[in-house]
Parts: sequence; structure tokens; C-alpha cells
Amino acid sequence: MARSEEWLIVGTVPQADFPLYYGSYDLKDGWIVFGDDAPSVAVNRGTPAFLGAAWYVAQSLGGQPPRTLLVGDTGNGKGSRALYGMLCDRIREESFSGLAFHYLYPDVDWHNRLLLALESLNPRPVLCADAGFMYAAKMSGYAALYDLFTPDSGEMAFLADESAPHPFYTRGFLSGSDIPVPDLLKRAYAHENAARWMIVKGHTDYIVHDGDILERITAPDTPVMEAIGGTGDMVIGVATALLASGVPLADAASLAAHTVRRCGQIVSPTPATQILALLPAIPEALSLASEARFRAVTPS
Amino acid sequence: MARFWQALFSFFSRSRKNRSSSTEKAGRSRSFVSFQETGEVIRAERLLQEAGFSVEVMGPPPWLRRGCDMGIVCNAVEEPAIRTTLAANNLHPEDVLPLAGDMLAPVSLVHTVDYGAFFMVRAANMKITIAWEDGRICNVSGGGCPDVPYLAGKLLGRSICDAEEPRTEGQTLCSYALQKAFLEGRRQWQEAKNGSS
Repeated sequence: MARSEEWLIVGTVPQADFPLYYGSYDLKDGWIVFGDDAPSVAVNRGTPAFLGAAWYVAQSLGGQPPRTLLVGDTGNGKGSRALYGMLCDRIREESFSGLAFHYLYPDVDWHNRLLLALESLNPRPVLCADAGFMYAAKMSGYAALYDLFTPDSGEMAFLADESAPHPFYTRGFLSGSDIPVPDLLKRAYAHENAARWMIVKGHTDYIVHDGDILERITAPDTPVMEAIGGTGDMVIGVATALLASGVPLADAASLAAHTVRRCGQIVSPTPATQILALLPAIPEALSLASEARFRAVTPS
Repeated sequence: MARFWQALFSFFSRSRKNRSSSTEKAGRSRSFVSFQETGEVIRAERLLQEAGFSVEVMGPPPWLRRGCDMGIVCNAVEEPAIRTTLAANNLHPEDVLPLAGDMLAPVSLVHTVDYGAFFMVRAANMKITIAWEDGRICNVSGGGCPDVPYLAGKLLGRSICDAEEPRTEGQTLCSYALQKAFLEGRRQWQEAKNGSS
């Protein structure tokens, strides 16, 4: 089994003065805490929600969450670029089994430098991407080098549009909700704008490998989850923590999607519910999802 | 350097240009104003619109794309006045280029989901959820650029009528999409309120 510390969660926090931080973290009373080296940050949405979800999975499995590399960035990209530079310079000093990239300023030049550094590692770590870094990965033309993307249905339309450098420019005939996700997937894989594995989040979750839809997940269905900021971050958070604990990608992807849907069922949120109310349901939801998956793959 | 790439692009696409359409001919009278940072584009668009210029935000041509960027498209004849207006507000374009080739247009479709006591508006990859009763912003979701969590923190709990527009501090394409969702949410809530009073 892999050790969680061999995985790294890379992202930003929405505080301009938050320093470049590398190390472990804990979750206490709704705050991500880093010891004396960085101020605590509230768990709401974005990378702090990712960290919170990974923390609850690690708690469930009796281990530690992955380490994290964070920086403050409120949108001008300065913090993200400092992080990219630091990672490029020092990636060879550490040995990682996997890295998960999240809310980073989508800068294609820095993305390519970083990917080049990662590709030079032997063995090459597992690479997961969501949010801004996934946008940069797609725009770079190197999406197919990634192991896992976790787009929602709107981002899936962006991946399917070979000419769009950002979801903001997704062409209308793709960004409407009329085109079925399987058709968007075909288009994304045809243009090599998809990762090997994909969790497509939506009313139906799709687990996809190299263009083949392995699983469609429709239940439990809690439509208001789409309105709650951070539910997508939960999916990549659960998946990353499972991967870090040694769960194979196929199982981690499926369990992550099932677990977050179960959280919705357990909490019964409204559109005004905040992510912090959903995260504590992860241990129970993961247990339920794991039992269901075990039953599904065990012959009776 | 950008002019060099643009010249190169024009050279290789010359044969296509020889068959230029009326749209392309019209395009020659427009200019693309680029900036170092997306946040500057958002500020520039607001300033120029307030000053009465007819401008629109578009994606940059392929040789200028860096990731999270956009620029201002304006009438070429207004370029000097636009430069003056921007400079007076401490905004300095990185470059001004004649418009050529196909430009990327921002997402224009906006979707609304009604949850009964709440409604959610989605523009591109950004979603904002508002309470019908009092116009309170209850959630912001989607997006992937670093200013989204920052802006969400400022919007949550505020009234859609009183809250500061995302473009005031937004610096990325995600914040621009959030601005579109925000304005549509405000419009729908005000329309519903006026209709019920």
C-alpha cells in the first residue's frame, strides 16, 4: 500500500498574503491548520474544500492525508506563478507517487514547464487535475498525458471544444445542455483533450477510461448539490485520498463519485447549504459506497 | 513580438484572405487591444463602456493566447481616444493590433434552474444561487481560477441588489463568467420582485 505522504495536493487559498507552504495539514473546527508556518484557512470552496474532503477520507482509513503545496492567490496569478516556479525547481528533490493539481491560475507556459519536469521523473507520478490546472492542461494540448480529470458537465463541453482555451469560450452548440455527455466525451478523446481516466460530474456521473464509459451513476440523486460550492472539490478530494491510500484508479474514481452522492443523501441539503455541512458525512458515505461496490463485484 | 507572429499568421493565411468575406473586410476596421493581465481587461471594458465607447470582450488570436486571457475589440478609428481614456485611468495596453481571422467569442448562453425557494443561474462554468424571498446570494459554485473562492467569500450572504459586482475585483475569465451569471440573477430577481409588488 502506498503511503499518503507520497502524494501531493497542489492549489491555492484565496488570501493574497498566504505564504508558499509545503507540508502536512490538519482539520480543526472547520479550519485547515498548518502549524506555525501559515495561517489557518476556512473550509469553504476551492482547494480548502479539496483538503477537507481528503482529510475526512484519511480519517476514515486510519491514515494521514497527503501533503500539500499551497500559495495565496486572489486571481492575478502571482502566487500561482511562484508556486509553479518552486515546483519546477524542486520536484526532483522529493519522491511522489502522485500529484493532484487544483485551483491554480491557468498559465500554459508554466504548465508546460512543470509537465516537462514531471515527465522527466522516473517513475513518473500519477497526475490528476481539476479546476484551473485542468484548463491549462487542456489548452496545452497535453491532456492525454494526465491520469485523471474531474470535469463537471459544463467543463466537459469545454474539453469537447477543441478550439476553446477556457470554458468561457466554449462554443454555443456545445455549451448548451442538448448534447449528451457521451457525445462530448467522444469529441474530447478524438482531439486528445481528455485524461486517461475521467469522472464527469453531473445529474449522471460518468466513470470513463480511455474513452470507454465504464459506469453511469444516477443514484442517489440530490439535484441541489450542483448549486453548492465545493461539491466538485469533494470529488477530487475523495479520489485523491483514496489513490494516496493505494486504491486503484478505477475503484478510486467510482468510489469518489458514489461517496459524494451518498453525502447528499445523508445530509439532505438545500441550495443554501455550505460545503462544511457536507464534509463530515464523508466517513459514513464512504463506508456505504464501499459496501455497495464490494457487493457489486463479489459473486453471490 | 506579437506583431511579428501576427504578420507571419497573415502571410500564411493570405490565400484564404484573397477570398475575404464581408465579415473579414469589416474586421479590418476593428482593433484588438491586449493587456498584460485579465483583470486589466475587465477594468478597461467597464471604463470604456462608461465613457460611451462601443467595445466588446473577445478571446485573443491564437498567437497571443497564454491561458486565462481576453482583450478588448474596438473600432479602429477610436483607438487614439481609447488609449487616452485608458491612460487617464492608469491602464496601459500591452499592444493594439488590427483584427484578423476568427476571434473567440465569450459564452453567451445563460441557464437558470428553479429550486422552488431558490434559483441558480449558470453562465459558462460559473453558477450563482439566490433566494427568491430576499435576494440573498446563498451559494457560488463552479469555476477553476483562483479568484472564484475569493469572490464567493465576498458575495455570500449579500443581497444580489447591493452586492459589489464580481467584475469590480475579478481578474480572470471565471470571474467574468460569474459577472454574467450575477447580472442575470439580479435581473431575474428584480423582475420577479417587481412582478409581485
